[in-house]
Amino acid sequence: MKHTITSTWAIIKREALRFVSQRGRFIASLVRPLVWLIVFAAGFRAALGLSITPPYETYITYEVYIVPGLCGMVQLFNGMQSSLSLVYDREMGSMRLLLTSPIPRWWLLFSKLLAGTLVSIIQVYCFLTLAAIAGITFPVYGYLLALPVLLLNGLMLGALGLFLSATIKQLENFAGVMNFVIFPMFFLSTALYPLWKMAEASVLLRDICAWNPFSHAVEMLRFALYGQFNSLTFVVVLLSLAVFFLASVLGYDPVRSGLARKAK
Amino acid sequence: MSEGLEVQGLSHFYGSKKALNDISFSVHKGTFCALLGPNGAGKSTLFALLTRLFVPSSGEINISGENLLKNPRHTLSKIGVVFQQPTLDLDLSVYQNLTYAAALQGLSGLEASQNIHDALTQLGMQERAGEKVRGLNGGHRRRMEIARALIHKPEVLLLDEATVGLDAQTRSMITSYAHQLVEKEGLTVLWATHLVDEVLPDDQLIILHNGIVLKNDICKKITGKKSLGKTFAELIESHSS
Repeated sequence: MKHTITSTWAIIKREALRFVSQRGRFIASLVRPLVWLIVFAAGFRAALGLSITPPYETYITYEVYIVPGLCGMVQLFNGMQSSLSLVYDREMGSMRLLLTSPIPRWWLLFSKLLAGTLVSIIQVYCFLTLAAIAGITFPVYGYLLALPVLLLNGLMLGALGLFLSATIKQLENFAGVMNFVIFPMFFLSTALYPLWKMAEASVLLRDICAWNPFSHAVEMLRFALYGQFNSLTFVVVLLSLAVFFLASVLGYDPVRSGLARKAK
Repeated sequence: MSEGLEVQGLSHFYGSKKALNDISFSVHKGTFCALLGPNGAGKSTLFALLTRLFVPSSGEINISGENLLKNPRHTLSKIGVVFQQPTLDLDLSVYQNLTYAAALQGLSGLEASQNIHDALTQLGMQERAGEKVRGLNGGHRRRMEIARALIHKPEVLLLDEATVGLDAQTRSMITSYAHQLVEKEGLTVLWATHLVDEVLPDDQLIILHNGIVLKNDICKKITGKKSLGKTFAELIESHSS
């Protein structure tokens, strides 16, 4: 037990050290949602009318609406970026150090997932601070209740990335998959528009958004920021996490793993 | 004499391609064994199987009496590995890299510090502990990888083409050091290479080609009066079709 905790702590520490030493990654993680918040939302505020839907009890500006979605975007990008680093690590060999250590592989993968998630939570709180400076605030208890939600969302999105990294054999392929995963997942969700607004354009699109686990992650955070718990979103995110993580563990299993084909 | 490493009937396929074909050999404890083979012979595949990066299609692997497939965690704790590809984190310092590796082996606190200190001192790297790996040359990075493989005091040390890309002097230093580990510390060393000048006459020598073991004996018994270079070239030529 002590061994596994020591290893988890080491993996978290390493991820934190790498994050600190990669200032560009940190800045990029904040600039991306800020551009959306300042430029995109400003343009849409006038064009898009939002009715009162839970958890909002009054009319809100579009900037307020998209903040949870942009927090999700930070975690989505971080989850994929962590996975990208796994593909890189595997191609460059450092993943081998991890996989050949005497710790259960599923635990190593979970530790890696947890480390990436903690980094993403720091990024989200930095973004929320900047949003607060820009005048977009939430109740104080909302910031606290968002923490467990961000942990769960980060694990779910990281697990998806982990699964992709297990199935992708080369870095070049992974870059392509990023485009086919990140953008559809983000745009076909409730991050930018509520479901009812999507239904006005297309019922099919609305249905796709409603099935997208990322929508549920965003909605769970939206409710948590106002001190509310949405059980449906919680169940969907938890189930998605279980499915993605199980698929990742199978993907990295030495018996089934495609790593074998990359041995040379 | 007990076995440090024992491989029995090991085969491995990549799809329909057979990379290792029913190979068997053993290395006694406290022995330096060179695994010599041209590129594509199956050395890296063998190392990937010995480190459980993946599981063999068939066969058994025993390390210091433990079965790797039946008891992977305990068995993996007995080996130290230096991979052919660099596996260091360039953005971290030498010490941070070693602390990370120690933690993956379950070492922390004083024990980890002491072992890191010992490993760095043995390889003359103590002065450079605080430097970022990115600033080290190839030779120092390789030494560091060996130090890292020794942190948890393994019984068996596996080195896969550990001197690739290094100058002659550094290669010689690293080869000598690996031999010293056998003589002074009693380690079992499996040294994969395609360079004949890294093998000494008294080393155990396994020649691997196209996934099969062509020879397995003491080097000087295999070569007789010929040089190893000539013997190796003749063997490979006679088995290439």
